[in-house]
Amino acid sequence: MQGEGRAVCLPADIDTDLVIAGRYLRTKDRSVWACHVFEDLDPALAPTLSGAVIVAGKNFGCGSSREQAAIALKEAGVVAVIAPSFARIFFRNAINIGLPLIECDLPCTKGELVKFDLAAGWVDAGRKRVAFRQLSPRMQEILIAGGLVEYWRKRQ
Amino acid sequence: MSTLSERILGAAAGTYVDRKVDRAYAHDGTGVLTLEAIKSMGGGRLSGSTRISLLFDHIVPANNSTTATLQRELREFARSSCLHFSDIGGGICHQLMSEGVVLPGEVVVGADSHSCTLGAFGAFATGVGATDMAAIWLTGETWFRVPHSIGVHLSGTFSGAAEAKDLALTYVSRLGMDGATYRALEFIGEGTAALSMDDRLVLCNLAVETGAKAGMFYADDVTVDYLKTLGHAVSPQAAEPCNYVQELDIDLSDIVPVVAVPPRVDTVKPVQDLLGLPLDQVFVGTCTNGRYSDLARFARIVRKKKVAIRTIVVPASRLVLEKAIRTGVLADIVEAGCTVGSPGCGPCLGAHMGVLGEGEVCLSTANRNFKNRMGVGGEIYLASVATAAASALKGEITEPEVP
Repeated sequence: MQGEGRAVCLPADIDTDLVIAGRYLRTKDRSVWACHVFEDLDPALAPTLSGAVIVAGKNFGCGSSREQAAIALKEAGVVAVIAPSFARIFFRNAINIGLPLIECDLPCTKGELVKFDLAAGWVDAGRKRVAFRQLSPRMQEILIAGGLVEYWRKRQ
Repeated sequence: MSTLSERILGAAAGTYVDRKVDRAYAHDGTGVLTLEAIKSMGGGRLSGSTRISLLFDHIVPANNSTTATLQRELREFARSSCLHFSDIGGGICHQLMSEGVVLPGEVVVGADSHSCTLGAFGAFATGVGATDMAAIWLTGETWFRVPHSIGVHLSGTFSGAAEAKDLALTYVSRLGMDGATYRALEFIGEGTAALSMDDRLVLCNLAVETGAKAGMFYADDVTVDYLKTLGHAVSPQAAEPCNYVQELDIDLSDIVPVVAVPPRVDTVKPVQDLLGLPLDQVFVGTCTNGRYSDLARFARIVRKKKVAIRTIVVPASRLVLEKAIRTGVLADIVEAGCTVGSPGCGPCLGAHMGVLGEGEVCLSTANRNFKNRMGVGGEIYLASVATAAASALKGEITEPEVP
């Protein structure tokens, strides 16, 4: 599974309250989450996320288990999130809804083209290639299927 | 020799296992997406091998018609699926699971990050998201990567006005917000014996604030006695010597009352350093500090006095509320000028019942002080129940007196 996008740089320890605030959770309308994603971090971010690869600092997605955080990023058009580490519930949630995560320490240059290959385990950015440890085979299968719901339906 | 996580999950740290889940629960917040995922997966019968619970606690009673409609659908699903259901006012999901439901050695999964609270019973308890929970409800199992463990060695006993919450914030600050990511915390050592079940629940509750997958105590005489009063006969779990990837030593007698400064749970300072900081609101409750012992301790301090600022007290469950009524604790709290909410999460997540205004400052007994969490432009300082009580009486951050 390959992909590419323009880098959007974010700091370390982005919690899921910052990804999507609690006041927007009580709905099933996913466009609401995409519209308000990162509102409390920087309200100007949401419109820049379509086709973006988020390159963040460590511990991305810490805090609340709200799956709306991962959904908000995907709905906003984020192609993948790259960070040195992810909080574990967010990690499972993102894979389960088909949002690729790459665990790797990548220096971020805003707007730079970032390419990746999940199966091969590399990220290209600024003429530099960085290797990362691939996801477990099952998580890769879930991602390729498009998420746990699709993975489930294929296996039934 | 195995860690408690390895023993319960039945495999060595680092390996992936598929494991039957003994108890799986969600609340009104995460339940909505869980139900959506179940429908998308084609629905069908829920697993008969797992005890499944749906416990309303996040926005209870509903704050508007959108929430009410979402809750109505979940309520109807709960009734038609014959799962264990607790409606509004029953209490916080983790609290209800701690009132004689979760037992030592069980695998417990909740669709909420603070599900790690139940590790206090010697269970492997962890949080997942809604789609994972949907698959668990349908199959009764899930996959885990067995975590490596950090041994938190406790020695000594509390002195002065320090309590379990101060110890919890102290270990969070020492490990940092991602110091235990993908790992489990095991609280061990001679200092554990004197910790009550409520203390242990507080310590395990904060585990996720270090990124931990689980926070665990070995079941001992305290656990056995606690569960006996709730009608369960269980055996203690013997701790074996085992390999921890990291060890942390904490002497309980060194712990002093502390406060976590916004917007990070791991920015922890002694109350002494923040004395006099003006407050707009005090909030006592949540899955961290809304138990009967917390309300009783709070009542003892505010009894026959008046709080100086608006103070919201929310019991963690109906059982807690009933006991507080029976013993007069609730009367003391109300007479001191506090506002009492119906059992649930209260304003912790900034949805209702005590949301902060722009520029307002709250001292809370909860577990998160992230930016804007309790309201846009509001700030949250986290502290113990004793610090909350002393501060409510003065309207500013105040050192609790030694009881």
